[in-house]
Amino acid sequence: MIRLLLPLAALVLLAVLPALVSEYGLGLLIGAATYVTLASAWALFSGQTHYVSLATVAFYGTGAYAVAVLNEALPYPAVLLCAALAGAAMALAVGLSTLRLSGVYFVIFSFGLAELVRQLITWYEVNVTGTLGRYIFLDVTARGIYWQMLALGAATIALSAWIGRGRLGMALRVIGDDEEVAAHSGINLARSKLAAFVLSAVILTLAGAITSPRYVYVEPSIVFNPTVSFLTVIMALLGGANRLWGPALGAVPLFLAFEWLSAHFPDTYPVLLGLLFIGVVFLVPQGILPAAEKLLRRRAEA
Amino acid sequence: MSLLEIIGAEKRFGGLRAVDGVSFSLGRGEIAGLLGPNGSGKTTLINLVSGALPLSAGEIRLGGRRISGLGRDRIARAGVARTFQLVRILPSLSLRENVMVPAVFGRKAHWGRAAERVADAALELAGLSARAALRASELTYIDQKRLELARALAAEPELLLLDEWLAGLNPTELAEGVALIRRLQGEGLAILMVEHILDAVRALCPRVVVMNSGRLIADEATEAALSDPKVIAAYLGEEADA
Repeated sequence: MIRLLLPLAALVLLAVLPALVSEYGLGLLIGAATYVTLASAWALFSGQTHYVSLATVAFYGTGAYAVAVLNEALPYPAVLLCAALAGAAMALAVGLSTLRLSGVYFVIFSFGLAELVRQLITWYEVNVTGTLGRYIFLDVTARGIYWQMLALGAATIALSAWIGRGRLGMALRVIGDDEEVAAHSGINLARSKLAAFVLSAVILTLAGAITSPRYVYVEPSIVFNPTVSFLTVIMALLGGANRLWGPALGAVPLFLAFEWLSAHFPDTYPVLLGLLFIGVVFLVPQGILPAAEKLLRRRAEA
Repeated sequence: MSLLEIIGAEKRFGGLRAVDGVSFSLGRGEIAGLLGPNGSGKTTLINLVSGALPLSAGEIRLGGRRISGLGRDRIARAGVARTFQLVRILPSLSLRENVMVPAVFGRKAHWGRAAERVADAALELAGLSARAALRASELTYIDQKRLELARALAAEPELLLLDEWLAGLNPTELAEGVALIRRLQGEGLAILMVEHILDAVRALCPRVVVMNSGRLIADEATEAALSDPKVIAAYLGEEADA
C-alpha cells in the first residue's frame, strides 16, 4: 500500500510545484521531468536487456519534428498521436532489422540511426520542401508542458513497474543475463525485445513531441542533438538502469548539475561533462541504487 | 513410438561435416549415453536437437512432430530441455527466479503460484531449496551445475539433453549426480547424455550411441559398445586402428 501511496503523494506534490516557483524554476522542472521520462523510458528497454541504445534522440527528435510539421494542420491530441505512431513505426522497422545485433554492434547502429534520421530530414527539407527550419506556434503554456511531461514520466514508471511484474519483464531480465539460456527456456527473444523497444521508443517520441513547443524554432541540428542520447544513458546508469526508480534518481541531480555547469562554465562545460561521465562509470558502475542495496546487505550481514 | 527420432541429421560448417548422416531414435523414458572422442560431433548433435544450430540436411522429430527448423524457444516449448557443456546460469537472478523462467516460458506456461510450485519442486529435487533466495552468481561450481539441472527440470520436459553434466565433479558429488539422474529417468523423463565418465555411463545407460568424425559408429548395449573394436579404435585414435 505504502509503495503505491508514496509515489502518488509525491506526484500530487510535484503537480502543484509550478504554483510555487519562478519562471526559471518552472523551466528547470520541465527539464528535470523530461530527463526523468527519457531515462526511465530508455531503461525500460536497455536497462533490462543490456542493449545499450544511443538512438534516444532519433525518437525524441522525431517527436519534436512531427509537432513542427503537423502543429498547424491538426488538433494537438491528433498531433501527439501521429508522433507516437511515427515513433512506433520507426522502432518496429529498426527493431526487426537490428535486434539480432548484439553488444557493441547494436550500440554503433543505434548511434548511426540518430544521425541517419537527422540527415534524411535535412535532405528532405532542403530538397523537397525547401524549408530547413520550422516554427512551432502552439497554444500551450509552460505549465501545460510540465504537467504533460510529469504525466508521461509517471506513466512510464508505472508501466515499467507493471511490466517488471509480468512475463515480459521476466523475459527481459533473462535476456539481459543470458540470451542463450533465455531462448532454450522457451522465451521468444525477438518478440520480447521488439515489444520493449517499441514501447520505449513511443515514450521517447512523445517526450520529444511534448517538449517541442519550448524550442519555438526547430531544425534537425537542434532536436537531433546526440548529447541528449548520451545524457539519457549516463543518467540511467548513475541511478541504476535495472531498478525501477534508478533512472529518475540519476536524472534529477545530473540534470541540475548540467544546468549549473552550462550556466557557470559555458566554455569548459563539455569537458566537465566528459569528466563527469568518466567519474560515474569509474565510481558507481552499477549505479547508485544497486550500490546502496549492496551496502545495506553487507551491513545487515555484519 | 519413439519420442525422439533423428533421421539422417547432417551439419556442415564450410567443408567440415561436423554431423554426417546420423540416425537413431530414443524411446519415451529411455536413457542413452552419447559417446565419442573430442570433436566427434556430440555437442553439435545436442545443438541440432535443441535448435541452437540449424540442420544442413535431415530431420529431427519429437513425438512424431517435426522440430527441426523451429526456433530454440519453440523447441523448448515442445518439450526439450538442455544443459550446457560450459555451465550457464542467470547470474543476477536468485536461484528461485532462475528456475521460475522455464516454468513460466516452458511447455506448460505456468504463472504465479503454479510456477512457484514447479520451481520449488525442481529446486528441492536438486537439493537447493534452502538457498532459493540466494543470487545464482554466489553459488559454487557444483551448485551451479545443480541449478542448471533444476532449471532444465522446471521446464517439465519430455526429453532432457545433458552435455557433460557430470564433468568436473568430485567422487562424492559424482555419486550424488548419478543418483539424481537415475531418479529423473525413473520419473519417466527421456535423457540423452553426452558423457566422458564411463563409470557413470555404465551405471546409468543400458544403451549408448557412439560418434566419430561426425558419423554414428555404434548404437548398441553399453558393454558391447565399450568392447567394440570400432569404438576402441575411435577413442585411441586412427593409428591404433592400423
